[in-house]
Amino acid sequence: MKAGVIVFPGSNRDADCMWALQDILGVNTEYIWHENKNIKKYDLIVIPGGFSYGDYLRCGAIARFAKVMESIQEFSSKKNKFILGICNGFQILLEAGLLPGAMLMNKTLKFICRYVNIVTENNNTPFTGKMKKGQVLRIPIAHNEGNYYCDETILNNLIKNDCVVFRYSDENGNVNDNTNPNGALYNIAGIINKDGNILGMMPHPERAMIKELGSTDGRLIFESVIKYIKNN
Amino acid sequence: MDYNVKITDEIIKEHNLKKDEYELILKILNRPPTIVELGIFSAMWSEHCSYKHSKPILKKLPTKGKSILQGPGENAGIIHATKNLAIAFKIESHNHPSAVEPFQGAATGVGGILRDVFTMGARPIAILDSLRFGKPEAKNTQRLMPSVVKGIAFYGNCVGIPTVGGETIFEDCYETNCLVNVMTIGIVEKKKIRKGIAKGIGNPVIYIGAATGRDGIHGASFASAELTEENQERRSSVQVADPFMEKLLLEATLELNDKGLIVGIQDMGAAGLTSSSVEMANRGKVGIELNIDKVPKRETGMNAYEVMLSESQERMLMITEKGKEKKIEKILKKWGLHAVTIGRVIKKPYIIVKENGKIVAEIPVSPLADSNHKYFPLKKQKGIKPKYLENININYDLVPVPKNIEDVLIRLIGSPNIACKSAIWQQYDHMVRTNTWTLPGSDSAVIKIKGENLLIATSVDGNGRYTYLDPYRGGAIAVAEAARNVSMSGATPVALTNCLNFGNPEDPEIFYQFEKATEGMADAAKILKTPVTGGNVSFYNEGKDGAIYPTPIVGMVGFIKGTRYVKQYFKDPEDIILLLGQTKDELGASEYLKEIHGLIKGPVPEIDLKLESQIQKTVRNGIKAGIIKSAHDISKGGLAIALAECCISAKLHGERNIGAFVEIQSDIRIDSLLFGETQSRVIITTSKKDLNAMKKIAAENKVVLTEIGKTGGDRLIINIDWAAKKCSQKINIKISDLENIWMNGVNKYV
Repeated sequence: MKAGVIVFPGSNRDADCMWALQDILGVNTEYIWHENKNIKKYDLIVIPGGFSYGDYLRCGAIARFAKVMESIQEFSSKKNKFILGICNGFQILLEAGLLPGAMLMNKTLKFICRYVNIVTENNNTPFTGKMKKGQVLRIPIAHNEGNYYCDETILNNLIKNDCVVFRYSDENGNVNDNTNPNGALYNIAGIINKDGNILGMMPHPERAMIKELGSTDGRLIFESVIKYIKNN
Repeated sequence: MDYNVKITDEIIKEHNLKKDEYELILKILNRPPTIVELGIFSAMWSEHCSYKHSKPILKKLPTKGKSILQGPGENAGIIHATKNLAIAFKIESHNHPSAVEPFQGAATGVGGILRDVFTMGARPIAILDSLRFGKPEAKNTQRLMPSVVKGIAFYGNCVGIPTVGGETIFEDCYETNCLVNVMTIGIVEKKKIRKGIAKGIGNPVIYIGAATGRDGIHGASFASAELTEENQERRSSVQVADPFMEKLLLEATLELNDKGLIVGIQDMGAAGLTSSSVEMANRGKVGIELNIDKVPKRETGMNAYEVMLSESQERMLMITEKGKEKKIEKILKKWGLHAVTIGRVIKKPYIIVKENGKIVAEIPVSPLADSNHKYFPLKKQKGIKPKYLENININYDLVPVPKNIEDVLIRLIGSPNIACKSAIWQQYDHMVRTNTWTLPGSDSAVIKIKGENLLIATSVDGNGRYTYLDPYRGGAIAVAEAARNVSMSGATPVALTNCLNFGNPEDPEIFYQFEKATEGMADAAKILKTPVTGGNVSFYNEGKDGAIYPTPIVGMVGFIKGTRYVKQYFKDPEDIILLLGQTKDELGASEYLKEIHGLIKGPVPEIDLKLESQIQKTVRNGIKAGIIKSAHDISKGGLAIALAECCISAKLHGERNIGAFVEIQSDIRIDSLLFGETQSRVIITTSKKDLNAMKKIAAENKVVLTEIGKTGGDRLIINIDWAAKKCSQKINIKISDLENIWMNGVNKYV
């Protein structure tokens, strides 16, 4: 398999995603410059975190007009092609309309960088196959705008279709206001599209790859999708 | 612009130039200066750029050693890391801008120090910050602190460099003149190191980055005067930050360097285009001719005077080889940037500025930038011992021994300088780049160098109160503590950068503080074998109530070969708690005296640098041998606070907090034992089986080791027996209670 990590001007977790995929998991991975439209050869594309275009106007609002995003639309409609948007990457997926909803500023009005717990709500996706349902992962967040929001209809659809993949929880998987770091609706930390090939999440799995960094739970997400791709 | 304006006394004064300095200008030029020239002299001879007061004293600092690849005098210092890799690092202040406009002031402070490091060809890998404010609840602190923190976060997070450590201290003297010192560490292949030097007659001088605006004109001279009501209004002296531009500039600069297109490069920091061109010319012993018409401008109608003195951010000046302009243009275009040739290197060692084809400034370079030049306005200031130091020590008889030491512990653990600062550092992305092996909130941050068998440990430290009460010891202890913190992770301290924050140096009493503190730092740096690679001096830190405490800040860098490192908190139950070093009857200058008795009094704890060195070596050797499981130095709040911190700081690092049971026989006052700040003491833990091996290591280094207790449970229990006075006291408190107080002391104000 082959993975690609998109680089926009202002992306800054691109190198971390490269490290996680290539150095830690041994996946053949390349950077994809934002002007590159030729992305057919990849099986998995990661849209990394950072501050694409300085997050000017609105997080992800300018990045969605980058040339590579034109191809991403087509890429996402192909069978066995997977997209993982992390943090700013998730925001870009929302702006591009590939996932529903929007991000508001954290309810604390501050940037938050720390480890959080997220509970796996749906383990029946290509990105969560190695987890058990209800399994709690310890993964850091690092964002200013991670307060997920959508209207009631969309939320009901997300829940009904099992598209809410991760929710902020405590270490035992309990979900409530106290376990919600940023005010996200329904404690949403990550959602997937109905076809199950586009996952957007605010926590950074690429930061939880080796025990020295505090957790190895991030591996499960990458390993799940790698395994899925190799088996299909 | 009318360049024939007559230079009046008024104009000279406005430029912050002294009469005798103006006389020097007349001698250098043999004629009156144009207004542009006066502006250039004013910027280059400002304290900020010229170090005219500090240079003679800074010579006392040790700057040589086998680890040093680049000492002071460049944009950043560089030390050897591995055969092929080197580490560039530097600290810088942005105090005045932050006091006036905290968000932009702090943000641009980060931007400036990042550029100083990537100018050298190094990729920044870590930021640390050292902050000083008034009381957390004070009105000015409420105005300054949250915005300073947001400004640092805004910039560092966006560029994608982790802010891995730092310190925040609260004292009344900083209320209107806060301190914002920022340090950056970068990594560079030795063969790719670049310097701020102009070479090759005829080579083009290229301008990269943001366009020049009217912001920050006279920033350097603004930073070289006291903050007054009047100049608080000088908002135009504060620059505006664009971290996205910085990120592009960073990537573009490193790519240009990778492709071998850079001859010399310097960021346009303080005094912008003026200092970058003059300093590069001076280092290369050449001249530079600049054409103002070519400089990209943000506003129309900007004249040569404004362009030369603007401190607009995110700009670089670069010398390349003739004929390579096209290649450079191509790389910059990829990053959405432009390169503009605005001048050339000339043989005549002059800085020549042209506008509309006319020369508006023509000044020999060397008296502008070379402190050895006979017309350079070097000051021969003499210090006088301040009066306040005559009656500075406590009378122990007037300090009652507290009846309830548990109450004291509770009050101290929630006091501003000891309480947890997680609400600050959690606003910084401290994990990006996935190298932060020890997160903020331990004695030093530990950063992995990927692909190498190497860890870096780093810490910034300084104690203004100590330095105020005893300038020499304060300076020495700043170095000792920074080195100790680095050693606590298992790293060998290698070199340091310092930021010297003081009041007005023209006051002989302030100058005395500066001289003595520097001597203290010099002696400590020599004995601990950590030479100084450069840094920054920030004078004129005076608020409405007078000068700040003299505050030298030390940024220390150390290395661990391999992967053995530890953190400050207790790791497992049933481990043995050991105290290294001996506690003396020293209460002076402590947090305890300030918080509990309301006293700012000496004497500052003694520092025996030989012993300090031995203690640090003992800890490093124990960690290297794999038998030390946690190590925490005893500093603010003394032994009791250090023990409490070992119990309650694990949770922030994702591990469980563990209690402790400690028993100590005391032969000194109980408050000295528990809360005094005797130097060169460390709390370590080992498992039972390693106790003898640890004892052996301590004995080899002639360090006193005392078994004081063991870890476990959910309470901190300390039993003290003061035999001579036939009394005993105890602390017995749930660590979760301590943790709550510690977490809420300061965090609620951020």
